[in-house]
Amino acid sequence: MPPAAELIDATKKYGEVEALKGVTIRIQLGEVVAMLGPNGAGKTTSISLLLGLRKPSSGQALLFGLAPTNLLARSRVGVMLQESGVPQMLKVREIVDLFRSYYPKPLPRDRAIAMAGLEEKANALVKELSGGQRQRLYFALAVCGDPDVLFLDEPTVGMDVEGRRSFIERIAEFAHLGRTVVLTTHYLEEADQLAQRVIVIDRGVVIADAPPTEIKSRVAGKRMRFVAPALSEKDLEGLPVSAVTIKDHSVQLLTNKPELVLRQLFQRNVDVSDLEVSGADLEDAFIAMTSH
Amino acid sequence: MLLRQTQAEFLKLWRVPAFSATSLLLPLVFYAFIGIGQASERLQGTHVTFGAYFLASMSVYSVANVMIFSFGISVANERGMKMDLLMRATPLPPLAYLLSKCITAIVFAALTLVVLFPFAYIAGGVRLDALEWFTLTYRVLLGSIPFIALGFAIGYLAGPNSAIAVINLIYLPTAFASGLFFPKQLLPQIIQNISPYLPLYRFGQLGWDAIGAPTSENVTTDWLYLAGYGVAFFAIAVWAYRREESRKFS
Repeated sequence: MPPAAELIDATKKYGEVEALKGVTIRIQLGEVVAMLGPNGAGKTTSISLLLGLRKPSSGQALLFGLAPTNLLARSRVGVMLQESGVPQMLKVREIVDLFRSYYPKPLPRDRAIAMAGLEEKANALVKELSGGQRQRLYFALAVCGDPDVLFLDEPTVGMDVEGRRSFIERIAEFAHLGRTVVLTTHYLEEADQLAQRVIVIDRGVVIADAPPTEIKSRVAGKRMRFVAPALSEKDLEGLPVSAVTIKDHSVQLLTNKPELVLRQLFQRNVDVSDLEVSGADLEDAFIAMTSH
Repeated sequence: MLLRQTQAEFLKLWRVPAFSATSLLLPLVFYAFIGIGQASERLQGTHVTFGAYFLASMSVYSVANVMIFSFGISVANERGMKMDLLMRATPLPPLAYLLSKCITAIVFAALTLVVLFPFAYIAGGVRLDALEWFTLTYRVLLGSIPFIALGFAIGYLAGPNSAIAVINLIYLPTAFASGLFFPKQLLPQIIQNISPYLPLYRFGQLGWDAIGAPTSENVTTDWLYLAGYGVAFFAIAVWAYRREESRKFS
């Protein structure tokens, strides 16, 4: 069986700008994949190629082994895009019905609306929805065709913390049905919670493709936090540390050898208090990988 | 799928009063102001009343109006709001999208006639025989096809904010110049010289001929002119669509 979605050595140029420089990604049915990367790294371009919204300059993009513009392939895919509009003058239930009609075996309308948590707004016009509700409507439109693969491009952008949390739960519910989910996000804890696999894209190149735990272990393993009023950058010279931030006497850094760092600091007569050492999280790993 | 899409397209237009009210009611207002006062007067040397003549004019005006506006504005708007982006990622065939818009425009155009005809019958005392009613209806609907293409072309060429202005700038003056509000003979000579080359004038001729009013050439010539314009507008529309494709989706 062909993979659900696949980029083969895909490049994409917008005029002079090279957004993707030869990306190969293979996503199997049932995988939940998060694509991470700084702004302009090429995440949205990758998704656009996979959806057939853009054509690769070279290389290939495939959905279920077919061209992404193939309607048969598209009928197995649901999409939430970052910048897209829907008709303002339709009611929520009407537009869900409209999108359901595009797919061969759609979910019942009320089920799709419930999955997005929009039951109370089913009879509201789209233009009356708040920003967060609109994101949920896009989610309803993405799942209403009961797709095998769900593409979500920055799905929680513009949501408050609570909204994001419940939204992530909805995505997780959908993934638990055994479906494939491909999402791009800025929020690393979302990737950590949802994904079994993280693809890090930076400047048009895949720089990591592994489970979140492995990515975390790949970078400097521990995060140290402490307060040191007398510390200057010079005191850290020659120590095996990275991603250092010093703010109001409190210091954060990543290191593989916390004990060594601490001993050196004492030898250099730096007073250290409130010391914390913890495992690095995905955010630390991400910063370490993409800081240039 | 096509049915749903058409339904949705229709509701989208219907719920915008700026469109639905103006396209349904404005022709009635024009008819009341210009047509009714002299509805029973006969055109020179014929049995055709001005009421009937002006009904034909307004039928042509309102149907072409719907075609250009519903297409031009809805396409321009949807481009502006990037609705086309999400649609393009769905399995909806582009042809179904286009077709649903055509059907909606034709249904809306037919609705304007459904409102206009009884109004002219009652308020303007217009009496036509069954064949004339029928001929007027089918000619006006069939002859509107080039204007669908024109609206489509404008929708792809004009920005979402300028579409309305562009359409008004083109449509109203040409409607006047084509003799849809006042008979051509009353217009300045220079405009009279231009009007035979205007698509709306040719469209108007079809309407006037349908109710028995004299026209300058025979109907076949008018159809040929309209067909020519149809092909030209369609070519422009396809070109504009392709241009957009290569810009946004390649």
